[in-house]
Amino acid sequence: MEYAIEMRGITKRFGAVTANDNIDFLVKPQEIHCLLGENGSGKTTLMNILFGIYTMDEGQIKVNGQPVHIRSPRDASRLGIGMVHQHFMLFNQNTVLENIILGDERVPFFLDYEKSRKEVQSLLDRYEFHIDLDEKICNLSVGMKQRVEILKVLYRGAEIIIFDEPTSVLTPQESDILLGMIQNLREQGKTVVFISHKLGETMTIGDSMTVLRKGAAVANVLREETSVHDLARHMVGKEVETSLEREEVEPGECVFELADVPIWEHRKSCNLRVHEYEILGIAGVDGNGQMELEESIIGLRDHRQGHQYLLGEEITHEPTLLRKLKGMAHIPSDRHKYGILPNETLCRNYLLGNQEREEFKSHGLIRTQRLDRFSEEMIEKYNVYTSGIEQTSGSLSGGNQQKLVLSRELSQSPKFILAAQPTVGLDIGAIEFVHRTLLQKREEGCAILLISADLSEVMALSDRIAVMYEGEIVAVGDSSEFTRDELGLMMAGHLGGAS
Amino acid sequence: MSIKKFFRRFSFDSLASSLISLLLSFVIGGLLIWAIGTNPFQAYYLIGVGAVGTMKNLANTLASSIPLIFAGLAVAVSSKAGLLNLGVEGQLYMGAMAATLCGLYLPATNRFILLIAIMIASMLGGMLWALIPGVLKAKFGTHEVIVAIMLNYVAELFTTYLIIVPFREHGSTVNQTAEIPKAARLSKLFPRTQLTTAFILAVIVAIIVWFLLRRTTLGFKISAVGGNRDAARAGGINPTAYVIIAMLISGAIASFAGTTEVVGKYFRFRENFSPGFGFTGLAVAVLARNNPFGVIATSILFGGLSTGCLYMSRITGISGHMSNVIQSIIILLVSAPRLFEIIKGSRKRT
Repeated sequence: MEYAIEMRGITKRFGAVTANDNIDFLVKPQEIHCLLGENGSGKTTLMNILFGIYTMDEGQIKVNGQPVHIRSPRDASRLGIGMVHQHFMLFNQNTVLENIILGDERVPFFLDYEKSRKEVQSLLDRYEFHIDLDEKICNLSVGMKQRVEILKVLYRGAEIIIFDEPTSVLTPQESDILLGMIQNLREQGKTVVFISHKLGETMTIGDSMTVLRKGAAVANVLREETSVHDLARHMVGKEVETSLEREEVEPGECVFELADVPIWEHRKSCNLRVHEYEILGIAGVDGNGQMELEESIIGLRDHRQGHQYLLGEEITHEPTLLRKLKGMAHIPSDRHKYGILPNETLCRNYLLGNQEREEFKSHGLIRTQRLDRFSEEMIEKYNVYTSGIEQTSGSLSGGNQQKLVLSRELSQSPKFILAAQPTVGLDIGAIEFVHRTLLQKREEGCAILLISADLSEVMALSDRIAVMYEGEIVAVGDSSEFTRDELGLMMAGHLGGAS
Repeated sequence: MSIKKFFRRFSFDSLASSLISLLLSFVIGGLLIWAIGTNPFQAYYLIGVGAVGTMKNLANTLASSIPLIFAGLAVAVSSKAGLLNLGVEGQLYMGAMAATLCGLYLPATNRFILLIAIMIASMLGGMLWALIPGVLKAKFGTHEVIVAIMLNYVAELFTTYLIIVPFREHGSTVNQTAEIPKAARLSKLFPRTQLTTAFILAVIVAIIVWFLLRRTTLGFKISAVGGNRDAARAGGINPTAYVIIAMLISGAIASFAGTTEVVGKYFRFRENFSPGFGFTGLAVAVLARNNPFGVIATSILFGGLSTGCLYMSRITGISGHMSNVIQSIIILLVSAPRLFEIIKGSRKRT
């Protein structure tokens, strides 16, 4: 049988990270093929290879049975492959028509508006797109802009169309319309690759699915053969054996409370309580409000509604500095953005966030000797691999940067620890170190809020689990109440768990 | 070995990189001199003699480095906060005007009090002019470079207006104020040269800047905001406040670049007395990689180039503007390694 796209043994490495590991990806002509996976599972990398943005390290690609080398998006376009990107690439001040025809002039430097208009109009009629060709892009809704992107791809004669998480920017109604349009494209003879991490829509429109997990293809199934349940299990994987030992401790007083804070506007407000001797894990697919929750708790977002309490005191409108001085520690999800000063020495990185503490400051001067001693102690205690306290933090490895942040944040005997994606990008040894450290702090009586997109991590560490989906907390309970599959389904927006 | 590889090997070591850029600039400058028809070795010898050959020449070299040190320090402080203060030119005009008026109209005769008052007036003038781009940047995200450059014109033309209309020297044919009293003038460090105590002030300010940035929490917060604004916020530092404070400090230092020319050299405010110190200050700060002591060294180098080339032009047929040519080559070659770093960075990403 001849495939429209036949990618075999695709491997792509970025430094030490293998983004795609020997993946086979096969798409039959005139089908809607869904590419499923959590964020970071390698979907986008694989499609960027197909579209000529990345070059693969190993593997081969055939399009319509012919072996091909795709070196640039232009090559891909010539082979009839088009991509509708997640982020629109449109000129806001130009009209719909101009956006469609620009960059694909039949005669270089000249635009034949009349002829192009006729061609585009015939596309509109054929695919039943309703759009005003003379409207400026900036006046269009998101759904309409996406239509322009699709038209651009069709105008360039694409037979194989890749949609990169197209519904992530749409409202539910717009999504339904889009799914209808995609089905129409297939009926008109096009082949569609649909990238998504939402199980529901995949089951609605997909003819077959390939599931990626951690860079490898773990399933290739037809819709008839599978269920939402199965797909969720493929996506999040089996339970991983963990060697972590947890002491049984009774939770104590409530340390941190989030009351009626709307994390996303126009969504239900979130409520969370974290107690002493307790780890509350937030499970969820990346991009469902975790970043906003994190920024809100450390005081980088001022919400008009809701309240926050730390140790019984209201801190709703307190700045970050006061929260930290009151005993809040923050392990940021994006340590490059929020955690370190890359061009400064380790000492000065240890000063960040502690700059107002009497320990390190007197009359506006930095107490350098104390700071040096403190930095050396921390490096020793947390085993930060470095040439010395004068090294810049930017030149440390990722794991050592994380140890720097951990040691700094945990050094001031915090009462409440916000640990966001604390092990992202770390190797196994460093991951275990972080996990042990968090568990140890729990046994010492800290209240810990763990935000992680890694479900295994949440399940291994948490006493209680809350699931976040589209900016809302959709479920909270003791971790023993949930099975892995149930959590996977709720993370994908299927409430009520396994049915 | 390609030039790119050559620079890559040295880019990790900023001092080596700067020194190599310098050496290359002199080689290219030498080729240009040779092309004009002069022996480059002789030309460089004469530049050397002119710059540091005698005590008097050395004193003049140091004198011409003074405004560059202040301008360079001003740019360096702003760069530490992640800003580019291209308004040094305007700030030094405003500071110098405030200082001149203070010297002319303050009825004090005590030298010490008068000079302190002049310094304070100067700083206030510079800070006022730096505050505008600082506040606009911090509050509205307006690009400080654009605002500062436009304010340069405003400052230059406004001070020119002041010396033409209200404060013009009585009966003078040129646009300038009257002379400030003797008590308001800086004393010379070396007779019959232009080297004044302003040089000592420049060195002291450089030490203060170094101390501020390395040893104080204020300096730490400024460099944290400049180094990683988001991390600074997450560490409890309010970027808005420290952006403005850094601009104020920068403006105060910038003002001395103008004021020391007034109270040390001309003793009055002359129309367009600055030959673009603010912009040379930018080059100085880049070459010195914002290190205060590097700023002193670079300023003396640039000062020596201009006095040396002036001396050379009297003996050979080469114009004294050769110093500008060599300076420009230095600036080009100093920014080149940064360019390579950027290219290297973009390679990594794809």
